[in-house]
Amino acid sequence: MPRLRSPAALEELRADIVSRRAACKPCISVCCGAGCDAVDSARVVKALRDEAVKQGGKVGVKATGCHGFCEKGPNIIVTPGELCYFGVGPEDVPGILAGTAKGVRIDEVPFYKHQMRLLIGDNPRIDPTRIEDYLALGGYAALSKALFEMTPDQVLDEVKKANLRGRGGGGFPAGLKWETAKNAPGDEKYVIVNGHEGEPGAFMDRALFTGNPHKVLEGLIIGAYAIGSHRGFIYTRHDSPKLIEHIETALAQAEEYGLLGGDILGSGFDFRVEVHFDVGIFVSGESSALMRSIEGNPPEPRPKYIRTSVSGIWDKPSNLNNVETWANVPQIISRGAGWYNSIGTEGSKGTKLVSLSGHVVNSGVVEVPMGTPLRAIVHDIGGGVPGGKPPKAVHFGGPMGGSIPERLIDTPLDFDALAALGAPIGAGGLLVMGDDTDMVDVARYFLEFLTNESCGKCVPCREGLLQMLKILTNMTKGKGRNGDIGRLEDLSDVTGMACLCALGKTSCDPLRSMLRYFRDEYEARIPVE
Amino acid sequence: MCNDKLERIIEKHRGKPGSLIRVLIEIQRENRWLPKDVLLKVAEALDVPFSRVMQIATFYKTFSLKPRGRHEVHVCTGSSCHLRGAARLLAAVQRLTGIEPGETDPDSRFSLETGSCLGSCSIGPEVIVDGTHHARMTPAKVEDVLKRYR
Repeated sequence: MPRLRSPAALEELRADIVSRRAACKPCISVCCGAGCDAVDSARVVKALRDEAVKQGGKVGVKATGCHGFCEKGPNIIVTPGELCYFGVGPEDVPGILAGTAKGVRIDEVPFYKHQMRLLIGDNPRIDPTRIEDYLALGGYAALSKALFEMTPDQVLDEVKKANLRGRGGGGFPAGLKWETAKNAPGDEKYVIVNGHEGEPGAFMDRALFTGNPHKVLEGLIIGAYAIGSHRGFIYTRHDSPKLIEHIETALAQAEEYGLLGGDILGSGFDFRVEVHFDVGIFVSGESSALMRSIEGNPPEPRPKYIRTSVSGIWDKPSNLNNVETWANVPQIISRGAGWYNSIGTEGSKGTKLVSLSGHVVNSGVVEVPMGTPLRAIVHDIGGGVPGGKPPKAVHFGGPMGGSIPERLIDTPLDFDALAALGAPIGAGGLLVMGDDTDMVDVARYFLEFLTNESCGKCVPCREGLLQMLKILTNMTKGKGRNGDIGRLEDLSDVTGMACLCALGKTSCDPLRSMLRYFRDEYEARIPVE
Repeated sequence: MCNDKLERIIEKHRGKPGSLIRVLIEIQRENRWLPKDVLLKVAEALDVPFSRVMQIATFYKTFSLKPRGRHEVHVCTGSSCHLRGAARLLAAVQRLTGIEPGETDPDSRFSLETGSCLGSCSIGPEVIVDGTHHARMTPAKVEDVLKRYR
């Protein structure tokens, strides 16, 4: 494939790919995301391919990224008609190919029909190892538009107007961050994809990045153009072989097609990307720690008197956004900030990916417009708690998030509304807790996780978390003492103020939310004098 | 200990101090642990002090400075698996293998690790043996699973 040297060449190629597919034969997409892969969807792919060959190749079989409904895997979707089949085994293959097995239309599946799948919805249509699949769906059109019809300032302006807020945890406006990096002194600037996703119970970024790597890459290149960066980094997990393979394949293909590397699409803009891996420690997802890791150092955070967007990797301005944030960029450029602003709430625009897990009937990757009440996510999409009882609490944001009780379940999915309740969205891991959940143990569990993951650089985190963990462990073992709750509150105040980075500062947020909403459970662990 | 494959990995990155983490990942993947003589070679080839190599090798949890068993058993202790009974599952695995997380048994059959999370929350609690996921585990089921690995 010769490198594409103009927007026209890209469109010509796209038209060619689409026309070759016009005589469209039925296609079966088999989900090979983390959940389905773990229940051996590869066996289903093989059975389908063998059977399809026997039948003369009239049906195409695609191994795709995560479809979303992990609970019911292995999942397949048959087009045309978008018929879903769940829990498919090799023995079901003949019936599906013969059309005798009954599928359910995707818009009639409760799990899917209440969602708005702008980001993850393309996954079933894409073989992540084939750039042609992404191009057929309009891929890289936004990049072409940005490079040839917009100035870097116009791109930045569009993202600012879209009010895109960072999906990694803080909800900081991406446009402002880009602007800081763009205006920071120096010619050498970097852009980074944070694909670390170390938060337990969060698996949406992996689903998106593994299933549709080019979407994230396209967003990154557009961002680099806006900021004036020529070197990008992808920082991701070392322990997901498919994720790594798909990212590396995507980079190689984009380079081959002239969408990455020197003189992208003949625009004169150069941009190159390298991949770095975390090696299994949670704190390396923190921006300054992550940048230290890319430099080849231990991932210890630093105080952020100066933001990393001004002084990051090798003290150069470095703009870091997470996977989902970058993936939002192409659609903002293609469809405009006005369109993007029409989705969501006053302060939180667009859709949000949520990893739904815990005591819930339908767990999986969910994408809904911002503003969707949590009730809709837990009950309409998630099917509620197994057994039909109401949940006791829902927990957002993993070990740095918070729990809210069932009575607040009509709260909208909104950065500010949830932060005000003490349960910030974080990256989007939503854990449903059934009515027999021990809330003291949940706080202990999260603190144990953070104690193990603390880098040990600053004292309040290294020592404070350990002391709190001791107290909580004693409480769960029936050895609570008078004054324990006060001691926990004191310690959480100090760590909240004095820790260097967000891991320490927010380490007590789960505990604080528990003491706010479930204090009686804690008091019940203290012996009466 | 430093065989041809490891030599090749190290040579690929000779003179590049920034590749330290990458080299160690590749050696860990190939050899499954990091022997001292190999780390000394890494320090020399990449031109970084041995103390830096050790700092990285001991900081990141993925690196092992001790030989590993033939099979890596990983019990997910992520939040969803935790709620769904990972602690009971882990207790069963510890009883069956006779080792604690972070240890390798005397026959070098199993190394046990815990960790969160590998993103397959819907099918938890789960145990992963040599990269193969075993979904919706119970203490009873995990016994059958471990028997398959000699």
